[in-house]
Amino acid sequence: MAIKTEPITINLGPQHPSTHGVFRLRVTFDGEEILDVEPVFGYLHRGTEKLAESRSYVQVVTLTDRLDYVASMSNNLAYVRAVEKLAGIEVPERAMYLRVIAAELQRIASHMMATGFLLNDMGAFATPLMYCFRERERILDMFEMLCGARITLSYMRPGGVFQDAPDDFWAALDTFLADEPGYIGELESLITGNEVVLARTRGVGVLSDEQAVADSVTGPMLRAAGVKWDIRKADPYEVYDRLDFDVPIGASGDTFDRYLVRIQEMRESLRIIRQCVERIPEGPVRPDLPYNLRPPEGDAYAAVEGPKGELGFYLVSDRSIAPYRCKIRAPSFINLTPLKKMVVGWKMSDLIVIFGSIDVVLGEVDR
Amino acid sequence: MYGLGLLKGLTVTMWNMVSPGRQFTLHQYPDRRVGLFGLAKHANTNVFAYLFRRPGMAVKSLVGLATLEDRMPQHPRFRGEEFAWYEERCTGCASCAKYCPLGIIKIVTHPSGEAMQEGEKYAIDVFDIDIGRCMFCGLCVEACPYDAIHMGSGFEEGRYERRELVIDVDRLRRAPKRPSAWFRPQLEAKGYRPLDGEEISWRDVGRHATPDAAELEERWARR
Repeated sequence: MAIKTEPITINLGPQHPSTHGVFRLRVTFDGEEILDVEPVFGYLHRGTEKLAESRSYVQVVTLTDRLDYVASMSNNLAYVRAVEKLAGIEVPERAMYLRVIAAELQRIASHMMATGFLLNDMGAFATPLMYCFRERERILDMFEMLCGARITLSYMRPGGVFQDAPDDFWAALDTFLADEPGYIGELESLITGNEVVLARTRGVGVLSDEQAVADSVTGPMLRAAGVKWDIRKADPYEVYDRLDFDVPIGASGDTFDRYLVRIQEMRESLRIIRQCVERIPEGPVRPDLPYNLRPPEGDAYAAVEGPKGELGFYLVSDRSIAPYRCKIRAPSFINLTPLKKMVVGWKMSDLIVIFGSIDVVLGEVDR
Repeated sequence: MYGLGLLKGLTVTMWNMVSPGRQFTLHQYPDRRVGLFGLAKHANTNVFAYLFRRPGMAVKSLVGLATLEDRMPQHPRFRGEEFAWYEERCTGCASCAKYCPLGIIKIVTHPSGEAMQEGEKYAIDVFDIDIGRCMFCGLCVEACPYDAIHMGSGFEEGRYERRELVIDVDRLRRAPKRPSAWFRPQLEAKGYRPLDGEEISWRDVGRHATPDAAELEERWARR
């Protein structure tokens, strides 16, 4: 006997432990099966782009910390690169290496967090998350040595970094580089072969490469779909063109591939840091610049490969001390575009896992 | 075989549980709960001697009520509260107020008639820092041309009311002069620890060395 049912609409969020922030999904279900998903943004909107118009070029660095608050270094880097392009500032060699080291450490920290919370959403409550946070904690300690803060770093300045790294940073980095491959391997042996994880993620939420490109998805999500696109290779910035690293790609673009690509990217990041530590030259880290920059009239767009994807800043200058316009291309926001295509037809619990594998940070989505 | 991956994961968890150095513990800041052995070790005695000396604490520790103070180790560069401000250096130029991204520093001055040779030094009437809104970015420290204001190293300035979070000039004068080593490489080079180190005089905190008499002569007397 067929039971007559009708679709039911459920609000997931805005306050929900698995939405990684204040994010709301209006989901229509047929029983357990998802028929429709409508994301509702804007609960964390702080108007960063508008605030930037009334701050001087150096002051905006502090605002960029608050975009993707688990990857502040990458935000700093993208912003200061846009300012340097706008004002035509030369960056000292040592500062470029320090920036690359900081950005890659931040990538590891961000991917650790993504992996931990993906497993947390899957129901592996707290154990893998604590392993990931233990590693992230060491990176945050190193950031404290670099710049005195752990989350809101404000480490980079237009033209370089604000101060050279202290001696204990290099010692801590050496132990980190020696230990970390073992820890990543441990994490992988905990998760990758796990039958429960495989059952929950293999073939779930598949994003095809055509779809990913059509929705301008970037970052690990795009690479998991099998597209070899990385701004560090395609349009090298800082010193990435002198470094030797691979771009890991996935085969099928499912949730498991997204996890695996992140794990492999952490290994590549370690490789990059190791090369940087070997090659970093002595020298100044910050050129002598006026505190209030007045770039010539014009506009500039600079993008970096952040942990979540292509993070870009578009700045327009009108020769005043503040940017005339600051547009932020936030990867988390754009990576949410194919969410509906990925989850329709799957069950409620799969929605949480697929959403977790996109790895969004709501500070960046809502800006 | 199905389940092999699960077993492999379980061995990892077991290894992390038993092997020293891999365990991570949560500390209930600012206290660390200790047992009888921990207390005795802290008092540098053995358990029996401790039982005789402090029976009350020993009983407390047995029911899990004994705690030891446990401070988080911080790097000297830590950007914290309790701004260290040197009145001898400050001229009241309000550069810090101008460069604060949030505009939370309020400065009112009047002419003091001092140091006319170096430009004019103004006396401070009001120097309010609203740390309820401060984000400790340190741009005021970077902007100060006379190196008068410095980040502090504390993080325990919790208050019950917002208006108590405003640091006024008297509190700034009274505050311990233990600046964070952030943006001060010469303090870092000396191995100075802001949390337990000595207070630093205003002569030693500048980015540039204090000019000696000959240099001042060169700079000013030959004009």
